[in-house]
Amino acid sequence: MSVSRPISLATRALSKRFDRPAVDNLDLTIYGGEFYCLLGPNGAGKTTTLRMVAGLLRPDAGSISIGGIDALARPEDAKQITAWLSDEPMIYDKLTPYEYLEFVAGLWRIDAEAAELRARELIGWLGLEAQAHERCEGFSKGTRQKVALAGALVHDPKLIILDEPLTGLDAGSARQVKNVLRERVAAGGTVIMTTHILEVAERMADRIGVIANGRLIAEGTLDELRVKTGAAGTSLEDTFLALVANDTAEMAAAE
Amino acid sequence: MSRPDTLTWLAGHEMRLGWRDWTSLMTAGGRTRTRNAVIALIVFAAAMHCFAYWIVAGYADASLASDPTTLVAISATLLLAWSLLLSQAMESVTRAFYARADLDLILTSPISARKVFAVRMGRIAVAAIAVAVLLAAPFIDVLVLRGGARWLAAYGVVAAMGAVATAAALALTIALFRLVGPKRTRLIAQIVAAVIGAAFVIGLQVMAIFSGGTLSRAAALQSEWMLAHAPDAGSLMWWPARAALGDFTALAAIVLFSLALLGGAIALFSARFGDHAMAAAGVGSATVRQRRGSLAFRSRSPQRVLRQKEWTLLLRDPWLISQTLMQILYLLPPAILLWVTFRKGGDDYVVLIPVIVMAAGQLAGGLAWLSISGEDAHDLVATAPVKASRIMAAKIEAVIGMIALVFAPVVAVLAFDSLYAAVVASLGILASAGAATVIQICFRVQARRSQFRRRQTSSRVATFAEAFSSIAWAATAAMAAALTWFALLPALIAILILVGVRLISPRQA
Repeated sequence: MSVSRPISLATRALSKRFDRPAVDNLDLTIYGGEFYCLLGPNGAGKTTTLRMVAGLLRPDAGSISIGGIDALARPEDAKQITAWLSDEPMIYDKLTPYEYLEFVAGLWRIDAEAAELRARELIGWLGLEAQAHERCEGFSKGTRQKVALAGALVHDPKLIILDEPLTGLDAGSARQVKNVLRERVAAGGTVIMTTHILEVAERMADRIGVIANGRLIAEGTLDELRVKTGAAGTSLEDTFLALVANDTAEMAAAE
Repeated sequence: MSRPDTLTWLAGHEMRLGWRDWTSLMTAGGRTRTRNAVIALIVFAAAMHCFAYWIVAGYADASLASDPTTLVAISATLLLAWSLLLSQAMESVTRAFYARADLDLILTSPISARKVFAVRMGRIAVAAIAVAVLLAAPFIDVLVLRGGARWLAAYGVVAAMGAVATAAALALTIALFRLVGPKRTRLIAQIVAAVIGAAFVIGLQVMAIFSGGTLSRAAALQSEWMLAHAPDAGSLMWWPARAALGDFTALAAIVLFSLALLGGAIALFSARFGDHAMAAAGVGSATVRQRRGSLAFRSRSPQRVLRQKEWTLLLRDPWLISQTLMQILYLLPPAILLWVTFRKGGDDYVVLIPVIVMAAGQLAGGLAWLSISGEDAHDLVATAPVKASRIMAAKIEAVIGMIALVFAPVVAVLAFDSLYAAVVASLGILASAGAATVIQICFRVQARRSQFRRRQTSSRVATFAEAFSSIAWAATAAMAAALTWFALLPALIAILILVGVRLISPRQA
């Protein structure tokens, strides 16, 4: 079914090495209107992969295509339709959320009138009305993350890349963030997200990719992953742990 | 090993932290750099001894029987050093109040907070004394070598000065907490520290300018007015100077007085230290509503948006403004000299130009760090659909724009006196600020703006290169103002510094 949809993100033989291979010949294909969760143990290469896709890290080898644009050859064009949000909200303490969104809209060259409308909409969706004209310096982690999310969405990106966006959020804030992301996907946007909260992946993801030692070791819907482990009806947590354990055992055997 | 919860155990813990801070400061955290740091320290110590020899070797014969001029000169030198120590101690005390670090752990542990803070204040005093002794050592060593062992007493005087400076810094900072509250103490303490650090030097220079029309500090100290108003030789005011000259009664009295003062300050203030630190920790959650004329978004290019952002962030952060403007506080005396010269119709502006050029370089270095390295939303800017070169250009424009704003009035006044001098000063400012910015670009790191005060420790190469580059451009401008072709020599050195920086700077990812 998903094959007929346009490809939103494609990586081919993507590789990055630090003192050891962090990402190793990674092929990922994510379709438009899809919510894709990338899971993996600590140090598996999830963040490195997403940072390369977002244009924050130059790959050693391979290609990245975003909405059909070669992101390595035409990074500005690719960035125009992409948004990045990490677990550590990077906002300016001395700006208000409203001013922050105006700044982001300026960077993405969004028409001022349209950007203002969109900013007001996002501020409403994320429940930031009361703080819209207060400097961000006194905000809680959750509020800062919501401001950063609003910044990521103000230019209406086609691909949203999120690295552990729910870390440290309370239940209410996490729900607001998840609702906004669901709405983006329903409107045709694509979301690729890493998370250690497996319930989130279980409930929200259309497809899940499991990465270990820089390689994609499994990919598919939750049911497809369960089939791979031969344990139907189990939770994602059990399935994930089984997949990673199998891979570790195979690696050990190969060595 | 001492028992936990005792003062010695806590002191051991604080000293270990202090030592590790210091070694990481010297080696930038890299073990392989330790050897280089040791070599650099030895070279630095040797250079400082040579410099000290040049400055103080002629005074080694001074004795208790010397004329009043000697006592005035030694006292003034000690007062100058003490004002700088007090300034540094105030910074350390303020930092201890506002740094979160292990505060939560301390305040939630069953250990006596009073005891912990008493030890922490002790650590600040030890650090202040150690810095004072280390910086004074080359000068004292030269005096001992040339004038005999009696000069060793100066080490005691310097240590006593460090202790008194810490006690005064504690009292001043606590007084500020009570007077203006935790929200404003950080900024005001910062300003007070800088003003104390600069006031004595600036005061002497201003006096010298009005009395002799020069920037020489010695002129003021040797003036007839100063000698006529100096106290009698038996006055207590001269005891620190007498102690430094080898009067052991004065030395014993000064050391005892300083230790009693420090002990008293620690005993008095350690009980409230925890309360003030907790109050300081609560400052971050204060809410500031921002008003602006129109709420409508404005259509602007990414470059303009970036420039505007840099200026807005700086203007809304009084602490950063004070941090950056402190670097040009020393412009005040030359500005006064300019005014005096302008009134008299002299040509002393030649002395002024290098000071202005040097200050521009230092200020630009700070601003460039804030703009280029201290980018709080680095990922956001890096993922924006704007060419990296354009982002960098916008940041450079923000720095140069700010420099132009600060220095334009000085250059304008200079132009009234001499158009040529104004042109030379403008070019010098541009070269010095540009070079400092290039150095910051070459050594850029990803940091938060709040780390501004520690920027010098992140790359000592960049710090030294920035300083030497500013000095070289200042020399170039001074020589160009004096219409000599020798100006090309320091200009060449400045360019070579930039080439060297480019070659040794880390490769950016």
